[in-house]
Amino acid sequence: MVALARRVALDADFGAAVDLRAIDHGFDLHGAYLPVLEDVSFGIPAGQFVALLGPSGCGKSTLLRLVAGLERPRHGDLLVDGEEVRGPDPSRVLMFQDPTLYPWRTVWRNAALGLEARGLLKEQRHRVDQALALVGLNKFAQAFPHQLSGGMAQRASLARALVNDPRLLILDEPLGKLDSLTRLAMQGELTRLWQARGFTVLMVTHDVEEALLLSNRVIVVSDRPARVRADLAVDLPYPRHRDHPELLRLRREALGLLGLGQDW
Amino acid sequence: MTVLAETAPRVAETGAHRSGGDRLANSLRLPVAAGLLWLGVAGVILAVPDAQELERTSLLGVLAIVVGAAQLGVAALSWVTAHAARLARFAPWLIVLALFVGVWEALTAKLDVLPLPFFPSPQAFVEVYTDDWRRLGDSLLHSLLLLARGFAVGAAVGFLVGVALGWSRRVGYWIHPVMRLVGPLPATAWLPLAFFIFPTSASASTFLIALATAFPLTVLTWSGVASVQTAYYDVARTLGANERFLILKVAIPAALPHVFVGLFMGLGSSFAVLVVAEMLGVKSGLGWYLQWAQGWAAYANMYGALLVMALMCSALITLLFRVRDRLLAWQKGLLQW
Repeated sequence: MVALARRVALDADFGAAVDLRAIDHGFDLHGAYLPVLEDVSFGIPAGQFVALLGPSGCGKSTLLRLVAGLERPRHGDLLVDGEEVRGPDPSRVLMFQDPTLYPWRTVWRNAALGLEARGLLKEQRHRVDQALALVGLNKFAQAFPHQLSGGMAQRASLARALVNDPRLLILDEPLGKLDSLTRLAMQGELTRLWQARGFTVLMVTHDVEEALLLSNRVIVVSDRPARVRADLAVDLPYPRHRDHPELLRLRREALGLLGLGQDW
Repeated sequence: MTVLAETAPRVAETGAHRSGGDRLANSLRLPVAAGLLWLGVAGVILAVPDAQELERTSLLGVLAIVVGAAQLGVAALSWVTAHAARLARFAPWLIVLALFVGVWEALTAKLDVLPLPFFPSPQAFVEVYTDDWRRLGDSLLHSLLLLARGFAVGAAVGFLVGVALGWSRRVGYWIHPVMRLVGPLPATAWLPLAFFIFPTSASASTFLIALATAFPLTVLTWSGVASVQTAYYDVARTLGANERFLILKVAIPAALPHVFVGLFMGLGSSFAVLVVAEMLGVKSGLGWYLQWAQGWAAYANMYGALLVMALMCSALITLLFRVRDRLLAWQKGLLQW
């Protein structure tokens, strides 16, 4: 709690505040309307780490695409810092389950993508080096993506996001495809970066434990169309231990909400 | 290059089992044999009197001596430097070539068994280059210029149309049906019309070569741009990319492997159209030379021109491979040429 309090005090206004108000969204599939999100409302105060937990295929990724501005919701208001989201913006960076690095660019040039797209690369080259150093990839700056392991590729993707100094990091199962050891290491790194930088995080994950280890809040959503089923506060200091009794209690509760209560 | 890379470790492996001198002597056997064989062929060429009336017998003999001496020189230098030893890998080919030239020389110049003018002797073949190099060189230059013009225009148009087709639905609506109908038509089908419509045969053939190049390149570029993962665009868009950036820095680099397949196909069909156009309308170039030589029943000249043409096409394909290897160095497992 002490560490958390200090971070919030340091850059309380750096992270973006997100506000979802009665969001409805869906797709036209073969002429029929398929509702994906129904009356989804929740707010994220600046600097908070929120995990979104739900059955697979329930529309969590769609929700992230809306927050990222890649799609517009059909109904409802989606506000970031009190302003309507009208399109993608480099201050809100989306990170996918796949690293989606460009195979024709070196790690360095991949990380430089955001600066290059905004025409800032010439003045701010050092930020690319900084971001790569932050994720421990500075020695691999000139490597091509196919030469990287899965964890390294995902770290490169993280560097590509961090170069833009995002105020909101939107993570779509970013650690989903990593092996368990790499995953644990990356969870630690993610927490460290979040604490150091003070950005807001909205992360989708399938892993209840990961959600509870990393976030301040776990929002559990229902099967499609997704609705908010529960909003669990995880009021524990970092670094957290997975055997903490409060964590185990929350884990049981979350699994119960996902329909797995009895078996566990 | 692959051959070198593959043989190097193999040599090192066998070397561990044998003594150094033995290994060297073994690797020298083939170059020495090739050298002696070429000297033998030179002996036959120079010593045995010609049964046909020929002018360049002594030059051919000297050439064979040079090839043989070069092989022996390589073998001798192998004692000194490893670079020369690498040249030894051509030895098996040179042995086969020596046998081929020897038999060819015997059956034509020396014994006069094969009928003329269809089977000219090796010295007649050499004579094409010594006596007609000016005309041949001029033809090669004209072919290259025509090809370069047509290929450049076709590649530029094909690439741009392909990108536009892959990017914009509206462009697709108008261009796609035209492509479907006209694209598969062989460019040579336009030949009579093109020579009629265009003011000069040069511009007509440029158009035809461009057409032959453009179609495969358009289709491949289009499919390349259309098959770019949408996640690549999403990434760039969230990082602040505009449409120009998405096309130039995402769509085109991602489509480049397809584009090169299209360029190879386009280059291949441009060769075909070049030769046909030169045979039928253009009054210069290697295609025209072939036609002209046939008119004189100068078969040696035809073979000579065919060899030049083969070297030209092969060199251009090699050049394209080099460019591709440079630009697509990020790809794994590229086909080696």
